[in-house]
Amino acid sequence: MSFATELRCRECHRSYPLQALHACEFCFGPLEVQYDYDALRRHVSRRRIEAGPPSLWRYRDFLPCDADAAIDIGAGFTPLIHAKNLGKVLGLPQLYLKNDTVNPTWSFKDRVVAVAATRARELGFQKLACASTGNLANSVSAHAAAAGMEAIVFIPADLEEGKIVGSSIYGPTLVKVRGNYDAVNRLCAELAGAYNWAFVNVNVRPYYSEGSKTLGFEVAEQLGWRAPDHCVVPIASGSLFIKIRKGLNELARVGLIDEPRTRMSGAQAAGCSPVATAWAERSMNFRPQKPNTIAKSLAIGNPADGYYALVQLRDTNGDCGSVTDDEIVEGMKLLAETEGIFAETAGGVTIASLKQLVERGSIHPDELVVAFITGAGFKTIDAVAGRLKPALEIDASLESFERAYGALAHTGVA
Amino acid sequence: MAVKRVRFTFPEELIREPVIYRLGHEFRVITNIRMADVDEHTGWVILELEGDPDEIERSLRWAEAQGVRVDPITGDVVEG
Ligand SMILES: Cc1ncc(COP(=O)(O)O)c(C=O)c1O
Ligand SMILES: [Zn+2]
Repeated sequence: MSFATELRCRECHRSYPLQALHACEFCFGPLEVQYDYDALRRHVSRRRIEAGPPSLWRYRDFLPCDADAAIDIGAGFTPLIHAKNLGKVLGLPQLYLKNDTVNPTWSFKDRVVAVAATRARELGFQKLACASTGNLANSVSAHAAAAGMEAIVFIPADLEEGKIVGSSIYGPTLVKVRGNYDAVNRLCAELAGAYNWAFVNVNVRPYYSEGSKTLGFEVAEQLGWRAPDHCVVPIASGSLFIKIRKGLNELARVGLIDEPRTRMSGAQAAGCSPVATAWAERSMNFRPQKPNTIAKSLAIGNPADGYYALVQLRDTNGDCGSVTDDEIVEGMKLLAETEGIFAETAGGVTIASLKQLVERGSIHPDELVVAFITGAGFKTIDAVAGRLKPALEIDASLESFERAYGALAHTGVA
Repeated sequence: MAVKRVRFTFPEELIREPVIYRLGHEFRVITNIRMADVDEHTGWVILELEGDPDEIERSLRWAEAQGVRVDPITGDVVEG
């Protein structure tokens, strides 16, 4: 049982049934799931949620699918850590990190795919498809496997072998597409229209994107049922950024927390920064870019929700970071060395942007800040390999060790 | 015949120019404005173009040469 009532166009507010639809036929605006908030308000309580499972399904009442038939590989309810060491470095005593690296396939995409897969199966689809260079492919492959569905995953032909293994282990139909990024994009948009598959981020996108709300729910619950003052979120399509705030808004709407005054700030890599660039130019029209960054998981040059991300930046008095590849690597190292969390490049973008926004005065030291770390470091080893402190190499003797370690002490490194 | 939907974004100096009207005259393409938001500084229009695919492409290249930014209206499908 779900409290979802209909899909509604974000632009012209026309209603659509809760089917596999994603764009308004009239104005091409994106469709979004609506709920019966009055019924939801009567039904939910903090106690009911707290008694739920330690996964995103504890927020089942806020999701657009039947949780009794959930495809559950354990996504969500990840740790929220008070990052005292990193907070000291940045001058933010109330800095928290939402550690979404610990999801079943090591990224926050498990949240969106869990919801999309559950809804897709409910709608009668047997095939779950996506086009992805990494995280999404991993998650779709894993969830389809657990659901007994066929996964059809399109990847660029030049994708590194290491990234493919994280999907192929689950046994999907993997399709390598020759051609440049634009060609792959065009083909996948066409395929999504031509086949009766659940393309997770195309025809079931309204359900898919709702999964990201659970990050907002969890953070509020983990803070003792309150919204943070400021969130820093990596932006690719912009969906995650918008939905975290939607989650906070919904909790307030049903009376579980006070009205959030949370400022929402974004994080992008300079090599793919359509939102950050438009924001810096004070424009509400972003220009699509050709991505060129080590943060491959954020490399969306033409973001589907870019406009809404800009609206949210404006409406919540946020700001948007834009960081270089070097800053991304430094961000990854800083996070690992201060808090013991190894994040992928997207995490480096978030931490480097956090630093940039503090230095720019956009984040205040007295704010309770949550930075979202959305993917694990083993996904992007190449980004940091060769840029870390090398190992000492010794013969198998005490003397050899003491010489090497002593030399280190001498240089003041140890 | 094909139908293509695109988003035109106009820079300030083109706001007052009848670009879409001229596009419909210079190319064998039927234009249909589906949505628009234009003020005195910038503006965008979601435009449906109907015609021979090559002719549509030629008309879009012409619009770009006039200074219009032409984008696909759906976002990228290939995600991280
Ligand atoms: C690790 C990671 N973080 C953040 C994002 C951003 O998500 P969205 O496309 O919702 O903006 C992605 C998306 O691909 C991702 O893989
Ligand atoms: Zn509409």
